[in-house]
Amino acid sequence: MSENVIEVRNLSRNFGDTRALDDVTLDVSRGIVFGLVGENGAGKTTLIKHLLGLFRAKSGSVRVFGLDPVKDPVGVLGRIGYLSEERDLPDWMRVQELMNYTEAFYPKWDEGFAEELRKMFELAPKEKIKNLSRGKRAQAGLMIALAHRPDLLLLDEPSSGLDPVVRQDILGAIIRTVADEGRTVFFSSHLLDEVERVADHVAMIHEGRMVLCAALEKIKENHRTIVLQFDEPRPAAPDLPGVLRATGEGREWTLLCEGNAGDIKKAAEGIGGRIIEDSIPSLEEIFVSRVKSRKHI
Amino acid sequence: MRIRISLQGGVPVYLQIANQIKYLAASRRFLPGDQLPSVRKLAEELVINPNTVARAYRELENEGVLVTRRGAGVYVSEGGSPLAKKERRRILSERIDMLLTEAGHLNVNLEDLMDLIGERNKILKEKEKKS
Repeated sequence: MSENVIEVRNLSRNFGDTRALDDVTLDVSRGIVFGLVGENGAGKTTLIKHLLGLFRAKSGSVRVFGLDPVKDPVGVLGRIGYLSEERDLPDWMRVQELMNYTEAFYPKWDEGFAEELRKMFELAPKEKIKNLSRGKRAQAGLMIALAHRPDLLLLDEPSSGLDPVVRQDILGAIIRTVADEGRTVFFSSHLLDEVERVADHVAMIHEGRMVLCAALEKIKENHRTIVLQFDEPRPAAPDLPGVLRATGEGREWTLLCEGNAGDIKKAAEGIGGRIIEDSIPSLEEIFVSRVKSRKHI
Repeated sequence: MRIRISLQGGVPVYLQIANQIKYLAASRRFLPGDQLPSVRKLAEELVINPNTVARAYRELENEGVLVTRRGAGVYVSEGGSPLAKKERRRILSERIDMLLTEAGHLNVNLEDLMDLIGERNKILKEKEKKS
């Protein structure tokens, strides 16, 4: 399964003087859950809008299913189920009307599945979209994104601002989608624990730049948190190769490092430190260490 | 099946699942021939990536704890795998280590501890007989 559903090459984008995307390159292979993480304003939505063909690549290239989404919107959008961050749905429609309306756009719309989802999310057919609660609105958006059984499910901040029950529905939809052979999920989130639960592959974006992009398992293998103890107090954090973030004072310092565990241990011993704790950091800790000021020494 | 996942503590999720299933099998909460939930079902229940569950099942299959019957699901393997025995020993060893440490703190030597174990065993057996 080497086939890539998404290929982005050297994509850059400016809005006025702001660099929204800076030389972003990524591949998403078929059948995986790809999590895009970053703070608000990091460039996640800008990237997603390029994938949907809502923005034309001015510098670099974007391919979805091997096609240019701007030149071939039908070929691309017909195979994508998309839930936007704003959940922009036609407010004046009722739930049933929304379903009928959306069905017209998708030849592969599955009426039975749509009805199943509507019941599961407890959406009343006659309810006006504008009267739906925040959670119900997200579920309505998810229903129409899923009902044509898309090859690629694209979710922009799907659980932002939702209560835990609806969030479970969203994550459940991600899991069910990818459990069906050959379907792919691409979602953005700033909830790192959520990403760590469901993603196979993670990309971290910060101020428009890709700071890390790898299989979640590899990311976890490649980072460690170690607590070092020294015989004498140190005025500043020990400077070891691969340190992303250092906190502590005096004789005890906590370092989040990248690299091989054996090398880190050797380097620590080289400057007279003893490792008293060694653990694998959470994705959240890794993200923070890469995004916040690199070392505070 | 009650499995709990924690993202803190650094143990990979697939390993947490595999260890807990081993524990359930070794402690006889799962009997040989019992069916496990499908990959998809357990993934939804735990809200984790199905690939993670599949990996845990695959590891357990390699170790002989589980068997997959084509098209019929995943089962605890028949006849108690050698690993289940090993796992039972491992679980008991952990408890014994704790007991020995405790005895050490209380200044009870091994001989007295063994006597006490024998005594307690007798009492438990008698209770069982009565009920």
